[in-house]
Amino acid sequence: MIPIEFYLVLSAFMFITGVVGVLTRKNAIIVFMSIELMLNAANLSFVTFSSFLGNNIGQLFVFFVMTVAAAESAVGLAIIIALFRNKLTINIDEINILKW
Amino acid sequence: MITLQIVLFSVFAFIAVVTSILVVTRKNPIISALFLVLNFAALAGIYLLLNAQFIAVVQVIVYAGAIMVLFLFVIMLLRPEHEKNFFEENPKMKWLALTVGVVVFFQLIYTIFFGKLSTAIHQNADKSVQIGTVESIGRGLFTTYLIPFEAAGFLLLAAAIGALVLAKKHFD
Repeated sequence: MIPIEFYLVLSAFMFITGVVGVLTRKNAIIVFMSIELMLNAANLSFVTFSSFLGNNIGQLFVFFVMTVAAAESAVGLAIIIALFRNKLTINIDEINILKW
Repeated sequence: MITLQIVLFSVFAFIAVVTSILVVTRKNPIISALFLVLNFAALAGIYLLLNAQFIAVVQVIVYAGAIMVLFLFVIMLLRPEHEKNFFEENPKMKWLALTVGVVVFFQLIYTIFFGKLSTAIHQNADKSVQIGTVESIGRGLFTTYLIPFEAAGFLLLAAAIGALVLAKKHFD
């Protein structure tokens, strides 16, 4: 039997890789993929606790997280396409109109 | 004693760790996206080890199938930009971000091991097989969580319409 810590450490590692990706990358699409990585890390924690505690609410929540992730990626990618049409770039350093 | 479970977990966890690093460090977004697909597949394997069959299948269909195809299509619609290697541009900020990441990671590890969860929580294999089935999750979705389920359907409709409107060429 694998102890619960292994799953949680894997989840923490994936979450931190996602955070570092969001903080360091300039390409809007890769930033977006890092966000998906973080969502998946959270899902892994949910499923781990659900399975170890014998309660299916965690897995139901993962289902809803996946729904929201699908909606989010559809809208987010549409925003990226609209952005590219207007600025001809998806480098997030050059998209700075709202920056003070 | 090395059981099949431990071997499978090590393989899937290794794939997940390596591919998640590659997603963040590769220059070409297509390669990142393909490694992300591999990462999702490895995660589906880990969900199976946790006896969450429904979630594992949905992970492959929704994430590795639908969402990543969307990503790949959008990458192909955009002009490829020439990015530099990871530490070539703005290295101070990147080292700072890496340091913050490592510090938070060790905080998380400390929290996970300090809680001594494995002495308190033991996996009950029979119970976890029962709760991971489509029956158990469907029963939950259509009884206790019916309203959130309907709201999720409405959210998807709104997202589809929103994506159409946003990607339209001319606003009237």
